[in-house]
Amino acid sequence: MALELYLDLFSQPARSVYIFAKINNIKFDFKKITLFAGEQYGEEYGKINMMRKVPAMRDGEFHLAESIAIMMYLSEKFQTPDHWYPTDIQKRARVNEYLSWQHTAVRMHGTRVFWLRLMIPKMLGEEVPKDKMAAALEDLDGSLQLIEEKFLQDRPFIAGDDISLADLVAIVEIMQPVGSGLVVFEKRPKLSGWRNRVRAAIGPELFDEAHQIILSAQEMVKSMDGSTLQPFKPKILRLFL
Amino acid sequence: MSAESHSLYFQNGEGFLSASINMGLPEGQTLQLDTMTVELFLDLHSQPCRAVYLFAKKANIPFEYKKVDLASGEQYGEEFGQISMVRKVPVLKDGDFILTESIAILMYLAEKFSTPDHWYPAEPQKRARVNEYLSWQHKAIRESGSKIFWFRAMVPLLTGAPVDQERMDSAVEDLTSSLTIFEEKFLQKRSFILGQDISLADLVAIVELMQPVGTGLDVFEGRPLLGEWRDRVKKELGESLFDEAHHVIMNAHTLPQELEDKGMLEFLKPRLKKLFN
Repeated sequence: MALELYLDLFSQPARSVYIFAKINNIKFDFKKITLFAGEQYGEEYGKINMMRKVPAMRDGEFHLAESIAIMMYLSEKFQTPDHWYPTDIQKRARVNEYLSWQHTAVRMHGTRVFWLRLMIPKMLGEEVPKDKMAAALEDLDGSLQLIEEKFLQDRPFIAGDDISLADLVAIVEIMQPVGSGLVVFEKRPKLSGWRNRVRAAIGPELFDEAHQIILSAQEMVKSMDGSTLQPFKPKILRLFL
Repeated sequence: MSAESHSLYFQNGEGFLSASINMGLPEGQTLQLDTMTVELFLDLHSQPCRAVYLFAKKANIPFEYKKVDLASGEQYGEEFGQISMVRKVPVLKDGDFILTESIAILMYLAEKFSTPDHWYPAEPQKRARVNEYLSWQHKAIRESGSKIFWFRAMVPLLTGAPVDQERMDSAVEDLTSSLTIFEEKFLQKRSFILGQDISLADLVAIVELMQPVGTGLDVFEGRPLLGEWRDRVKKELGESLFDEAHHVIMNAHTLPQELEDKGMLEFLKPRLKKLFN
C-alpha cells in the first residue's frame, strides 16, 4: 500500500506536507479532504484521524497526524537532504525552535486574520468589529517582526544558508493572510527577500501550484455555499472573535 | 615568572578540560573549564520550565540554574533581554549558543547528553508519536490549561472581579475536549504515551496538566485512567523531584499577594491582559 497523505490545500500545514513530499519526490496517494464540505467530520475520516484535521498520513498500518511530526517522519524514512532537518545539533535546534514557537505565533495570528478578513464576513455574513481586526493585525505584525529580527536576522534562511522545514512551515502560514488580500510582503523588504529565496528553493512552479487554492480564496468565497459553515458559526466566532 | 612546563589533559566523558598554563598561577594550580554544563534560565511557575527542569534533573544533566523571577518582571529587564528578545522562559545557554522553546531545549539536551533512548526514541515511528504529541499540545492542553490558570489565579487580581462565566466555561470546555483526546488517542490503555516507557511527551503533558491543578481545579477528578497515568509519571520521575518542581505552582494562591508586594501589578496588568484577552 502506497503512502497516503490526507490533504486540503486550503490548510497551511497540509501545504507544507504537500510541498515537502513533492520536492523530495516522495511517492504518495493524494487523498483529498474537502474541509469546507465538512468531509473531516465523516465517519470514514474519523478512522484515519480522530482529531478530524488535516494533514494526516497513513503509512501502511501507521497513522500519523500533525504536519511537523509527519515531515520529520518523512525526512527520516526517505533520507531527504540534510538541510531540511539538519543532523548538526545546533542547526536542528534552530529548526525545532522555530517549529515550536510558530504554533501560537504566526500560525495562530495568520489564521485569525484570514478568518476575520475573509471567512467570517464573506462566508458567515458576520461583521467583524474594527477593534478585533486591529488587534489581530497587530498580533500578526508582531510575529512577522520577530521572524525578521530573531529567526532570520541576516541569514538567508532560518537555519542558515539553506532552506529547512522551518522556512517551509513559515511560508505556508504567512501565505494564509495573503490569501485574504492582506498586503504582507510589500511593506517588508527583508521578509520579501526571504520569500523569494524560499520560492526559488522550492521551485516557483511547485510553490505556485501549492498556493493556487489559497490565493484564489477571495474569488472562491463569492461562489462558495456558506450554509455548510453555518452549524459551526458559534464555535468559529468564539474561536476567532 | 619563569616559563614552567605545561600540562594539559582532558578527562573524557566528564567533559572537563584542565590545563596548567603559565598564567602566573602558583605551581600545581589548575584552571578548570567546564565544557559540558549548560545554563538554564527558569521560573518554575512556568509549565515549560518545569518540563526542562524535571528532564535535566532526572537525566542527570549538569546545569546551572538561573532563576528568572517572572513575578518581578525580570523577563522585561535589560539583562534578560540580552539573553532572549522574546522575553520568555525557559532559555538554554550553552556557551554562546542560546536556545528558546522548551521543546527545542528538551530535544537538544536529549541529543547532547545522549539520554536514555526512551525519552526521545530513535525508532522513527516511536519518535513520530512523541513529535505528534509535542506538536498537538501547543494549541490544545497547553492553551486551555494556561487560560484556566490565568482566569482563576490572575484575572480577579487584574480586574477586581472574577472572569465572566461564559469565558470560564468556554475554557473548561476546551480543556475537557483536550483531555478526552488525550485519553482516547494519546494514552488509550497504555502505561505511558508511547507504551511501557515514559518519554518527553508524558513530561510535557504532566507539567501542563498541573497548571490548572495549581489553582484548585482538579483535572484528574472523574478521570481515573488519567489519575493512574499521573501517578505512574510521578513515580517514574521520583515523587520528591516531582513535588519539588511543582511546589511554587501548587502555592499559586500566594502569587497575587506576591505581585502586589513586589509592586508589579500596574506594570504587569496591560501585558498580562494582552496575553489572555
